[in-house]
Amino acid sequence: MNWGSIAEFFAMGGYGFYVWGSYAVTFALIAMELASLALRWRAARTKS
Amino acid sequence: MSSATPQTAPLAINWFKYASPQTFFPVAGALAPWFAAIAAALFAAGLYIGFFVAPTDAQQGESYRIIFIHVPAAWMSMLIYLAMAFWAGVGLAFNTRLSGMMASALAPSGALFTFIALWSGSLWGRPTWGTWWVWDARLTSELLLLFLYFGFMALQAAIDDPRRADKAGAVLALVGVVNIPVIYFSVQWWNTLHQGASVSLKSAPTMAATMFTGMMVMVLACWMYSIAASLWRVRCIILERERRSDWVGEYLRTPQ
Repeated sequence: MNWGSIAEFFAMGGYGFYVWGSYAVTFALIAMELASLALRWRAARTKS
Repeated sequence: MSSATPQTAPLAINWFKYASPQTFFPVAGALAPWFAAIAAALFAAGLYIGFFVAPTDAQQGESYRIIFIHVPAAWMSMLIYLAMAFWAGVGLAFNTRLSGMMASALAPSGALFTFIALWSGSLWGRPTWGTWWVWDARLTSELLLLFLYFGFMALQAAIDDPRRADKAGAVLALVGVVNIPVIYFSVQWWNTLHQGASVSLKSAPTMAATMFTGMMVMVLACWMYSIAASLWRVRCIILERERRSDWVGEYLRTPQ
């Protein structure tokens, strides 16, 4: 286990901005891709 | 029904059967949820290893943990491009409709991973190199890859006839393939600020075993996610393009 506390985990040894900035944008973009796929799928299924 | 069915040897698999959008549609629908479920499990495992098992790096401290997203994304950006160009080439050679649809379905996921690789690289470069961006060969060729994906999608979107859009996109995708070895070998061919490969087939990885494990689990997770997303997208594309066919009409009328 690397972290003594939750605060330490979020601080990432002072690199929190860079580490969490990478992961947050990654998962936000993946969520956006899945949302756009769901919309496209619904449109393809209904529009006729 | 008489003569029209082609005769094949009983044991031979007729691969062209699966090149039909109609037969591939349910196959993709059956496979996609499995790939998605495996991807979710691998992401959870990879992030756990990356943040809780892998130790702090002696040189870079905690900033190195960006590797668990940066390297998988960068690999996927190149691999998806190769897959896209492969399907585009198959479509040009055999004139199969599904190949063009596969190429189109891969492009947005490829662009996504290219952007993630650039973004996470920039956030990693700032604390380790002291700069967000530098015009070295690795970074510049990866940025060119992003523009190739955008160019492919924009070109296809600009052409109304999907079959012609497939052909035009295929030519662009195949020309752009030369950029992939340039990205991959750029750190050997030129003096780059970007470091050389930490992982190669010829030698042991130059990092702790748990770091390497976490990275490879994340690589597999990204593979599974990309396959799931592309299969889902190709299903959308099949429905959109085959809208006027009888089987799609029947499919849409059947309550799911």
